[in-house]
Amino acid sequence: MSILTVKQLTKQFGGLIANNNIDMDVQKGSITAVIGPNGAGKTTLFNMVTGVYQPTSGDILLNGESLVGLKPHQVAQKGISRTFQNIRLFGAMTVLENVMVGMHTHLRSGLFHTIFSTPLMRKEEKEAKQEAYRLLQYVGLESLYNEEAKNLPYGAQRKLEIARALATKPKVLLLDEPAAGMNPKETAELTKLIYDMREQLQLTIILIEHDMKLVMEISEHIIVLDHGEKIAEGTPDDIRNNEKVIEAYLGKGATTAS
Amino acid sequence: MKKWLNVFEQNKRIQATLIGAYIATTFISLYLAQKSVVAFLLLLSSLLFLYFTSFSNRVKWGIGILVLSVLLPLAASQGEAYQSYMEVATLVGIYIAMALGLNIVVGLAGLLDLGFVAFFAIGAYTYGIFATAQANNFMPFGKYPLSGESFWIFLIVGCVVAAIFGVLLGIPVLRVKGDYLAIVTLGFGEIIRIIFNNLDKPVNITNGAMGLASVQPPKLFGIEFMYPSQFYYVVLVILLLTIFIVRRLEYSKIGRAWKAVRENEIAAQAMGIPLVRTKLMAFAVGASFSGMMGVVFAAKQTFVDPTSFTLLESITILVMVILGGMGSVPGVILGAALVTILNLQVLTELTNWLNQLSLSGVVHIPDALSPAKMQRFIFGLILIVFALYRPQGLLPAKNPRFDEKELKSGVTNVADGKEGAKGVYFNG
Repeated sequence: MSILTVKQLTKQFGGLIANNNIDMDVQKGSITAVIGPNGAGKTTLFNMVTGVYQPTSGDILLNGESLVGLKPHQVAQKGISRTFQNIRLFGAMTVLENVMVGMHTHLRSGLFHTIFSTPLMRKEEKEAKQEAYRLLQYVGLESLYNEEAKNLPYGAQRKLEIARALATKPKVLLLDEPAAGMNPKETAELTKLIYDMREQLQLTIILIEHDMKLVMEISEHIIVLDHGEKIAEGTPDDIRNNEKVIEAYLGKGATTAS
Repeated sequence: MKKWLNVFEQNKRIQATLIGAYIATTFISLYLAQKSVVAFLLLLSSLLFLYFTSFSNRVKWGIGILVLSVLLPLAASQGEAYQSYMEVATLVGIYIAMALGLNIVVGLAGLLDLGFVAFFAIGAYTYGIFATAQANNFMPFGKYPLSGESFWIFLIVGCVVAAIFGVLLGIPVLRVKGDYLAIVTLGFGEIIRIIFNNLDKPVNITNGAMGLASVQPPKLFGIEFMYPSQFYYVVLVILLLTIFIVRRLEYSKIGRAWKAVRENEIAAQAMGIPLVRTKLMAFAVGASFSGMMGVVFAAKQTFVDPTSFTLLESITILVMVILGGMGSVPGVILGAALVTILNLQVLTELTNWLNQLSLSGVVHIPDALSPAKMQRFIFGLILIVFALYRPQGLLPAKNPRFDEKELKSGVTNVADGKEGAKGVYFNG
């Protein structure tokens, strides 16, 4: 069953066509990778799906419901969450607070409850704290909960972005280069985390990644973009042997390696 | 030395003795001295020392309120300078409330607002127009001025009107960011002032540059509020309320959303935070405190005119926030108090002293160089020095510290956190 469908999606920035007629069908509970050389339009695609950019034409459907025209926060409320290629944490806030921000839409107490500190609000805040702490445990950052996010090492910042995205209780999680800048050990941990999230939290995960080992290891479906066009899609094996992909992105070595 | 400091930090009894002795000494010296600005300021600064003690928050608040509501007025009431002390204290309170309002906009939500005094002006004019005969010019019904009892209702009205203008300002300006936002808000501040300056024709609403004179003094149970010593209590109550609300908001979902927007707009949106609504809320809440104090200001001065709401006022409030520490409530309170006292007391006293020196012929200071005229220079200097050497302000903002025990208490099995996460994730 497909959860996210992208139909003939096009984005033009002036004369530049960043995405041209992209079709994509993401199965519920799958791990899908979007790969391609730099400037291929991968992040543009993510930005359109999450409402940061409005597509020039085409449609994006989440469970059959169109997301085109929605603001980013509305898309988030519909159940799509994401991490960013260039880390975008709330630097001056603590690690725990970062995750608590992710729970924003699930907390109901507004101005009145806050000012009068009603029992509802206090209960909700307490539960939010505990839930945030659990999410930190889940990604392995619980010992850093009182640190400022900007002081975290790079790999931990990437993990915190994932914990924060999980706090919105998404149906679909978009990871934009989650392994960028990580060492092999951290990448291995991340691979396991992504796999676990799908298994334990029943998430659908779409990721952009340049680390081919990671991509080939965990994704069931791969979409290859080049110059804004989709040049191939299929299973890791299909992609590895696809002439067009080898020429545009993987290089000759990929067929012989692994 | 360090060892002694440690002992001092841990021993509450020593702290209690010292702060008690300090308050008592300054109280007595202010009580006995006929006119001693120094003793007055020293007694006020006991609150700052109180902030650094390690008592529980409840105790600190208790002592603080005791000092402000009983000791300070009582000690000051002995000399001739009673009303002038209370005047200063009242103005300090008004500015603190405004700075706290601006702190929400600039410090928490990260929206640089250079026209903040506009909301203060709106509050002041809201009361000023209806508490003088002015409203007769354009209101088809009702008899004006309204009686002094209406002041208490106007506190709320001023608050609401300012909040509405905060939203009205917000809707167009939130399309722009950063430097542009600063310029647009600066324009808004000036526009509001110029509108008040020119709204005497075709229909005379604000009485233009002449201002509104003899604003009705507030009345409560038949007592008219005429003196600063009476307004002092009005301001004190509103101020405590403001601090209370700001504190609550800061450590809530709303405060987190403000800070998230400040830190990274795109990420905040991706977390489901509605950008426009969150920013508008910051503008509205910030403006409302300012509007409320505007009403008090109008009643206290009994005179409102556009010259009280110039750009310099907006900058002054911003200096308070930056000096104290953006986003830090104790910092902003300290910053506002310092700047106001510097403005009203230190510079004036210094000018008087220099004038006396020139009169007695010791030195000759040209009039153009008198400290009271160097306000802008001093604010500029403060801004530069703080931007360079202490951008986080005097008392930097602190993040809430969470208690690990409380956090863990929700997890049924700590060692098995992953399972716990899974369970609650889908049930909660």
